Amino acid sequence: MMAKSLLKKGVGVLLVTVGGLFGLLSVAQAGVEVPSLPPAKVAGKCVEDTDFMRRNHMDLLKHHRNDTMRLGIRTTKHSLKGCVECHASEKSGSVASSKDDFCVACHSYASVKLDCWGCHATKPGKKPADHPAAALGATRAGGEK
Amino acid sequence: MIPHEKLPVEDSNPAGKPDAAARRDFLKAGAVVAGATLAPGVLFYGVAHSRPAEEPASAAVRWGMLIDTQKCGDGCKSCVTACNEENGLSGKTGPQDSQWIRKVDIRNLQTGAHHELPMLCQHCENPPCVDVCPTGASMKRADGIVLVDRHVCIGCRYCMMACPYKARSLVHEPLTEQKPDVPRGMGCVEACTFCVQRVDRDETPACVEACSRDGHNAMLFGNLNDADAPIAKVLKSMASTEVRADLNLNTGVRYQGI
Amino acid sequence: MNIAFREIQAKQGYWLTMLVFGALAGMGVLSALYMEHHGHIVTGMTNQIVWGLPHVFAVFLIVAASGALNVASIATVFGKTLYKPLNRLSALMALTFLAGGLMALVLDLGRADRLIVAMTEYNFKSIFAWNVILYNGFFVIVIAYLWTMMDRKGAPWYKVVGTFAFIWRLILTTGTGSIFGFLVAREAYDAALLAPMFIIFSFNYGLAMFMLILMGLYKGDNRPLGDKLVNRLRSLLGTFVAASLYFTLVYHLTNLYFTKHQGLEAFLLLEGGIHTQMFWIGQVLIGYVVPMAILFNPATNGRGWTVLAATAAVLGGLAQMWVTIIGGQAYPMDIFPGYAVTSSFYDGVVNAYRPALVEILLGIGGVATAILLTVGASKVLRFMPERLDDETLAALHGKH
Repeated sequence: MMAKSLLKKGVGVLLVTVGGLFGLLSVAQAGVEVPSLPPAKVAGKCVEDTDFMRRNHMDLLKHHRNDTMRLGIRTTKHSLKGCVECHASEKSGSVASSKDDFCVACHSYASVKLDCWGCHATKPGKKPADHPAAALGATRAGGEK
Repeated sequence: MIPHEKLPVEDSNPAGKPDAAARRDFLKAGAVVAGATLAPGVLFYGVAHSRPAEEPASAAVRWGMLIDTQKCGDGCKSCVTACNEENGLSGKTGPQDSQWIRKVDIRNLQTGAHHELPMLCQHCENPPCVDVCPTGASMKRADGIVLVDRHVCIGCRYCMMACPYKARSLVHEPLTEQKPDVPRGMGCVEACTFCVQRVDRDETPACVEACSRDGHNAMLFGNLNDADAPIAKVLKSMASTEVRADLNLNTGVRYQGI
Repeated sequence: MNIAFREIQAKQGYWLTMLVFGALAGMGVLSALYMEHHGHIVTGMTNQIVWGLPHVFAVFLIVAASGALNVASIATVFGKTLYKPLNRLSALMALTFLAGGLMALVLDLGRADRLIVAMTEYNFKSIFAWNVILYNGFFVIVIAYLWTMMDRKGAPWYKVVGTFAFIWRLILTTGTGSIFGFLVAREAYDAALLAPMFIIFSFNYGLAMFMLILMGLYKGDNRPLGDKLVNRLRSLLGTFVAASLYFTLVYHLTNLYFTKHQGLEAFLLLEGGIHTQMFWIGQVLIGYVVPMAILFNPATNGRGWTVLAATAAVLGGLAQMWVTIIGGQAYPMDIFPGYAVTSSFYDGVVNAYRPALVEILLGIGGVATAILLTVGASKVLRFMPERLDDETLAALHGKH
């Protein structure tokens, strides 16, 4: 008899705790805004669909970095330099130097640590020959690359 | 994790254009290539054609360098300065600063003969640094350029212990303002890359270019596997040495005059 | 009759020990965090002295860990039943000292956050890659070995697992010595002798540390530890110290014979400043002469003398690691034989090294972690025999 009432009490405590946690969670979620990303430099869309990029950009980068590093393949469509060219913000000129910049805005929201920018430049290069955006423009016009 | 086959692939003719337009574009592209060929400061050393971007580096090419120490100027540091500029190095020479190329003064203990030469990663065919790297970050590309894959480097510095030429440096502090073509960062080991970013654009390493530009012409770069390349011709006809030749590493960098 | 094993008691001495070593271990971790945040610029390690004090401590601990398992192996593999009561503590120390050594080593990595990469990407030509597998495998095997000792269900597997553990650790220590032995570039390394030399060093340092921990734990928990056992351990340690001296002699005499290595030997033995002092005073005098003088002399067989001898062997081991690791890097690499060399990258000059405080704390943190884990585990599980006095051991083993 005593065991039964203890069990009831235990279940009750559990339900209240879990319910309370859910409540807290929803309150917390309601408070944080989804980040608004700064617009890209080259008008028009990204090299891939936005939804595709959101879910798969990390795989693209990881695959492409091995192609470039290990094999010496220098295609520009998925190159990190290409991303930086377009997505560097107007204000800071960088993709990762301030909280509003392209990469940091989403990554701090999602709480995923960025490892790229310890080594990779966050700002576009100066020489015209470096600009993958220029190459992108050439590809868009339908020329051979 | 997307399986390899499903990743989007670059479409080289996305619009599927009609013949006339495609021909016009080809002529345009051809003009650009011709212009680039004649542009000053861009030299082709024995490369018959530029490698397309989607084509990987090939073992048919072996990049090498020949240094004539007798043409190496007194106290000249053009190669070092050019390397620092091209690769975003600080140029400082403290014990914890990175140096990818350095001028070395040697004086024969017996005869007193004195030589100067640049010492850099020798891009060996059998690199000890590649042998000892636990994660495979220290790697040799198909065309012979020895590189550090900093995505995989754990900073153990075993390659620095193993290199017979003391060519490698560790980045001891956080870096900012890297060159976009030359990613480098704290905690990873690095060394001369033969300016791979330039070589892949059919240019020569910055040190070689600077040495020519300043009139010394002590450094020659090219494809060792191409019999018509100037470097291959010189190596075939004149004596040259590998530093620490007894180690049998078959280095890509050879020296004359020592 | 069976010997009883009991946990050590949680008295004041125990808590004090845990506090002190816990604090030292904590400081080691904090130092590592500082190094990871600011980079190696805060250490004394440079592009010339690439591996420093953390590696001296780490390699010492790893070598000692392998050697600590020796006592158990003598009982299991070689059937010397006198040592059997010690086998649990021996296996425990093998685990905890390896943990402490690996902690100091891994926290010094330039990219310690990439440890997962080191455990998943392997270049099998690299002895380092093999070591990752050997060290991790060692943990699994020694835990299995402990199970065969401590759980009745495991007892039938005792000899098999014990023999496997013995062979595994010989391969592991060979791998540790080969880290240096496989380096063709440097005159101080590039020698096949380094692998067996490290095996012998492991016997020496492992047993010395084992004896110190054994005597410390028994004294601290007021348990009897008879002279019969301690004397056997003394002669064993004396033998291992003598063997270490032999290997050191062979190494240096061979190097002295080769003209091309005479510069290195002149540096290490005469002109190397701190490195020469570390060799003669640290490695030879404190590490070999003092222990042998104490251990082979019947007049100095008191417990205090034994502690002194074992401590001296340990300090000598640290000095030997300094000479090997740091002395070997301080001597300039001979890239142009027959030439005097200068450059902006410190070619041709003896390389200077002054360890920073963070390195000292990290190294000591590794040692402290090892001791902390050993003492803590002894309180939680039954690693220590209740009594090791002469009468008990005589009753246990008859003719021994």
